[in-house]
Amino acid sequence: MKHLDEYRDAETAHRLAAAIHNEAADSGRRYRLMEFCGGHTHAIFRYGIEDLLPSNIEMVHGPGCPVCVLPTGRLDMAIRLAKRDGVILASYADMLRVPGSKGQSLMKVRADGADIRMVYSTLDAVKLAEANPQREVIFFAIGFETTTPPTALAIETAAKKGLTNFSVFCNHVLTPSAIAAILEAPAVRELGTVEIDGFLGPAHVSVVIGSQPYEFFAEEYRKPVAISGFEPIDILQSILMLVRQLNEGRAEVENQYIRAVTRDGNVRAKQAVSRVFELRRDFEWRGLGHIPYSALRLKDEFAAFDAERRFDEPYIPSEGIKACECPAILRGAKKPTDCRLFGRACTPETPLGSCMVSSEGACAAYYTYGRMREPAQ
Amino acid sequence: MNIAPRTSRLSTRRLDLMAGRVDLTHGAGGRAMQQLIEEIFRPAFDNPILARGDDQAAFDVAAGRMVMSTDCFVVSPLFFPGGDIGSLAVHGTVNDVAMSGARPLYLSAGFVIEEGFPLADLQRIAISMGEAARAAGVAVVTGDTKVVERGKADRLFVNTAGIGVVPTGVEISGDRARPGDAILISGTMGDHGVAIMAHRAGLEFETTIVSDSASLNGLVADMVAAVPTIRVLRDPTRGGLAATLNEICHQSGVGMRLDEAAIPIKPEVLGACELLGLDALNVANEGKLIAVVPAAEAARLLTVMRAHPLGRDATMIGDIIADPSRFVRMATRIGGERIVDWLAGEQLPRIC
Amino acid sequence: MCHALPVKIIALTGPDTAKVSLGGIVKEISIALIDDPKVGDYVVLHVGYALAKIDEAEAERTLALLAAEGGEALAEFSAAGEAIEAPP
Repeated sequence: MKHLDEYRDAETAHRLAAAIHNEAADSGRRYRLMEFCGGHTHAIFRYGIEDLLPSNIEMVHGPGCPVCVLPTGRLDMAIRLAKRDGVILASYADMLRVPGSKGQSLMKVRADGADIRMVYSTLDAVKLAEANPQREVIFFAIGFETTTPPTALAIETAAKKGLTNFSVFCNHVLTPSAIAAILEAPAVRELGTVEIDGFLGPAHVSVVIGSQPYEFFAEEYRKPVAISGFEPIDILQSILMLVRQLNEGRAEVENQYIRAVTRDGNVRAKQAVSRVFELRRDFEWRGLGHIPYSALRLKDEFAAFDAERRFDEPYIPSEGIKACECPAILRGAKKPTDCRLFGRACTPETPLGSCMVSSEGACAAYYTYGRMREPAQ
Repeated sequence: MNIAPRTSRLSTRRLDLMAGRVDLTHGAGGRAMQQLIEEIFRPAFDNPILARGDDQAAFDVAAGRMVMSTDCFVVSPLFFPGGDIGSLAVHGTVNDVAMSGARPLYLSAGFVIEEGFPLADLQRIAISMGEAARAAGVAVVTGDTKVVERGKADRLFVNTAGIGVVPTGVEISGDRARPGDAILISGTMGDHGVAIMAHRAGLEFETTIVSDSASLNGLVADMVAAVPTIRVLRDPTRGGLAATLNEICHQSGVGMRLDEAAIPIKPEVLGACELLGLDALNVANEGKLIAVVPAAEAARLLTVMRAHPLGRDATMIGDIIADPSRFVRMATRIGGERIVDWLAGEQLPRIC
Repeated sequence: MCHALPVKIIALTGPDTAKVSLGGIVKEISIALIDDPKVGDYVVLHVGYALAKIDEAEAERTLALLAAEGGEALAEFSAAGEAIEAPP
């Protein structure tokens, strides 16, 4: 498969690993690199990339997993919406098993009779509405900037078709806001317990927003950024770029994923988003707390398609399980193995926190691919 | 006036196999059910034991060890590229019996049919089962049919049970893997699951991938005859290669070390798994087997396997190691390491 | 969730739709977010939508940069007998 196999090549990986060792292993410093995106976390564990790195390079797992950062209270709203009479809730597969409050999940309420359908694309949700005019179809929208344009187009399509039974429960969130929160979190600025030297920038968020939004972070916080493609070779090449930046004292935005990311990104996609959505003043994130201007909601002219305005469901903040360390793990302050519940009460079969149930969560990735690295439990 | 006598001992009207449907009388044990057996099942399965028409099958038993297995089949859709629920039901149970090294002999077949099921489909499935059984050298010698009300069974469920006899001196079971043994597989992984997925509503992709559903007893017979010291045989069905390898590790109390680059997977299967976010190692196979064999015999066994039509792509994918944690470890394509874990939960329902 | 794949456009099927191929698997997707899509173009596919075209020239450049990396370093390591990958 072109543009895929080349970036999984063993010989290239070998040479990149040698170059990284050559330039990092004996430099006398540590390199703490945060891969923001859950997809990168998944790839790092799935390919065992850390095995190719010298011990003074550490990958810190970031909050770029939209399933993981959705607060329980918002999931509870989706569950309550799904239980309403006449509602079909359409959702990406990722959300179905996430535990909400009181041990509920979308999958469990589906077993109890709620009509919840898994969709691969927002277009499928619109088709559901067309095929079921007597039912209310609500699309449970989550995701960073990669996933937002498809939701925008679905809403515009529904509007053009004059559908009166389609709405979106919008939980779209923004990457730069999350990066800022990590860099400004007290733990980073004051206590220094989460040292991050540089960032692996997300691949497909950047395809949409471009490389330009990261320039602020590089300049303001003096942290190098390498926007990285998804495949193991991309990740290794980006790590090499960050090592070089740090060795040379540079703090720039470099684009490793030049075959798909430009400085401006996808203008059409950004325009679609700005036609349909506007910034929320405030949004709560699991693990990062309240972040201003970090999430989107539908504009007034699309109010008819906004599930929050169509259905009066309050947001009730919910505490997670006390021992669950997802919040600290999402900030990179703790590792999955620092959580008392990891691998014991909390496993992919019996997930207690979002980091374990999403395949891109650090805990799920570590458990599924990497738990042989720990002494036997 | 000459009145022609009523012809047969059954009602004179034969089943309308083109447009007729199964109804509740077909499962009631009476004349209608007899018709189903006589006009569909008996001709399709066509063997002297079944033809006797008894409620049970009687046959002489060879001296020695016998093996028995059973499986239920609820696959959806019922017809898919490379097979149907009927051929799958035959291959599945033949294979379960064969994985002990036994020669499969006889099968039973049970059907739970939803009211309204088209007779044409039932006949098509029965014929397919008969052909699969004949190709495998086994006979369906007894069976049962029940019909349930509309809505109480998703069109058709099938159960098959099978028996076989183990040749003397052959001892194959899941707890016999030992550190140093070689792990072989008979061909490409993930074909069956992808063939099924392509026809599921909501997924909709085009592919030339066909289910690999096949009876493996011929291949097993060749393997066991050439290398009687085979330790473990198992077919990686539901849960894929990952589940089956983990089962063996747990039964034998060992670990494994695999080489990702050595595991053969068709490009389309890789593509489909990428699109759906699945790992091909978790996807079901219905015509492949895993063999664990002492390392010294691996090369010879591979030659024997590759000489058989169902083993052309046979290859070694790793070896057994001592590991109290019983992990299946794998060297990834780029030289890192990961484990191959059991899947958490059902990714796609009813693919077998 | 950021999961996206490079696929090849094999047919344009409507004003906003195309059939794409990934390793021989064919799927119909939306190309509403792409400027001037053509048969033979590779695009990045995410949740049923093409998000960007893959720039072939930039892809070539990436591969060229990759080809230039690490050759000397690898030779040094081999000479020193150091292992840098995890044993299989």
